Amino acid sequence: MSNLKKTSNLKKAFHNNIFKIFIYVALCALAISIIIPVAWVFMASIKQNSEFYANPWNLPAGFYIQNFINAFQKAKMGQYFLNSVFVTGLALLILLVVALPASYVLARYEFRFKKFINILYMGGLFINVNYIVVPIFLMLSGWDDKLDSIFGITLFLDNIFVLAIIYAATALPFTIYLLQGYFKTLPRAYEEASYIDGCSYFQTMTKIMVPLAKPSIITVILFNFLAFWNEYIISLTMMPGKNKTLPVGVVNLYQASRGKAEYGILYAGLVIVMLPTLILYILVQRKLTEGMTLGGIKD
Amino acid sequence: MRKSKQRSRFIALCIAPSLILFSTFMLLPTLNIFWMSLLKWGGLSANKKFVGLNNFKILLQDMKFIRALQNTLFLIVIVTIVTLALAILFAAILVREKIKGQNLFRVIFYIPNILSVVVISAIFSAVYDPDGGLINSILSLFQPATWKTIKFLGDQSIVVYSIAGAMIWQAIGYYMVMYMASMSSISIHLYEAADLEGASKIKQFFSITLPLIWTNIRTTLTFFIISTINLSFLFVKVMTSGGPDGASETVLSYLYKQAYDNASYGYGMAIGATIFIISFFLSAVVNKVTHRDVIEY
Repeated sequence: MSNLKKTSNLKKAFHNNIFKIFIYVALCALAISIIIPVAWVFMASIKQNSEFYANPWNLPAGFYIQNFINAFQKAKMGQYFLNSVFVTGLALLILLVVALPASYVLARYEFRFKKFINILYMGGLFINVNYIVVPIFLMLSGWDDKLDSIFGITLFLDNIFVLAIIYAATALPFTIYLLQGYFKTLPRAYEEASYIDGCSYFQTMTKIMVPLAKPSIITVILFNFLAFWNEYIISLTMMPGKNKTLPVGVVNLYQASRGKAEYGILYAGLVIVMLPTLILYILVQRKLTEGMTLGGIKD
Repeated sequence: MRKSKQRSRFIALCIAPSLILFSTFMLLPTLNIFWMSLLKWGGLSANKKFVGLNNFKILLQDMKFIRALQNTLFLIVIVTIVTLALAILFAAILVREKIKGQNLFRVIFYIPNILSVVVISAIFSAVYDPDGGLINSILSLFQPATWKTIKFLGDQSIVVYSIAGAMIWQAIGYYMVMYMASMSSISIHLYEAADLEGASKIKQFFSITLPLIWTNIRTTLTFFIISTINLSFLFVKVMTSGGPDGASETVLSYLYKQAYDNASYGYGMAIGATIFIISFFLSAVVNKVTHRDVIEY
């Protein structure tokens, strides 16, 4: 009897082990399929051009830093990098300055049209940038035509400030949705105390409520940093001139270097684009994957 | 009295900037899609002519559009099924099993989601490359003599699958983290009770985990439809620009081509309006079909 039980237990343990092995194999397979292509780009970015004609799996022969120097100087990645930093920073700033007061008021005050405005922003969650990029372009180029005919200047296309404003505008619905939800969870006692102390509405908002909303503001910054930094199609369309952001610059570099068979510089360019996001991710990965469920879906 | 005036001024000042930005750069362009789809508007000349639904009539007979639509729908189906299955599987493993390095796996799986589509497209171009690509060079090891390289992005019958591969790679981690969040909110007691009853892990998965995250899955199905339409455009734009010979064209990349390369804005916007309606319709159908009574515990 006890023998029988023993063999059945053994059998169970054996099954469990097989199951465990299967699980680890599956996990490792997916992990490898993600790490290898990314790591490969890093390795390719320090290879000399001649190495690209050998087996792609070979390790780099040395550290060929010239790829990065070429990318920064010849391919103007340095300038594009600064453009991207500027656009991303400015867009985040505009987004917060515009979205924080709106979210706060929508969360806390009753007024006419409030319901209508809320519906508008909820509907905005479903508007997708890829559809409206053409109408926005046509609108801006129409404005430019009018300006040109009156003052002889153009202002709206090829303007990095306008690009930042558009980025901020497209991120508004989701940001307001997220911040508004957070403001609603804060207790009203803070505001009442602040009014009693004689603070104005504006002071109460900036000095008391906005600092309290810091956790959700950080989430907003993280997500939109990634979105703005990686953005491609709006930037491509609204900046048709020589001034570009990093993702557009990299695609240009990609097309040019394929034609000339200069691969090293291309991979150096890719590293320049993804390194900041990877560093940020390593620093705040927990915050990011937790924040995703904060405002997004909850069931 | 003065107080209430101050109050309304404060509210107005807080709301106005967001309303102006939103209306100018989101609402107006969206309405413009539908208005412009009724115009015959070619080139940068201000020559606009109202033609009613004529653009849509042309669209229905445009074989290139039909092909782009087929490609898009195919991508939606294949990307959704594969990503959903893998994401749920890995989420269940990471939440339910005791795994060494569990956090590390989660961190790694999410990496593709923080990379730009531009970067992912370039990475996959290197992976798929027929001459020095990562996949072809591994495959050629097995049959060095007779090996014919696979042209992942150059073969009309393969290219859509190659795009789907990149999209699935990109999406698994994102959805996995989402399912993990809802799975970890399922009470552990349910699984303990099931263990006592002797239910196998697979049985537990289908009778506890799946029903209890069903609402979450339904919501993500809408996400899948919308994001596949959008992302397929970006991937195609960078990796193949619709080629070879239109084999990987998707609806939005076709829209972009019509609007920019052809400068036929009215026609392009008719495509946009059509996709908008189709995606809305598709989401509604999926929502209806997957409706189940919510299980509470």
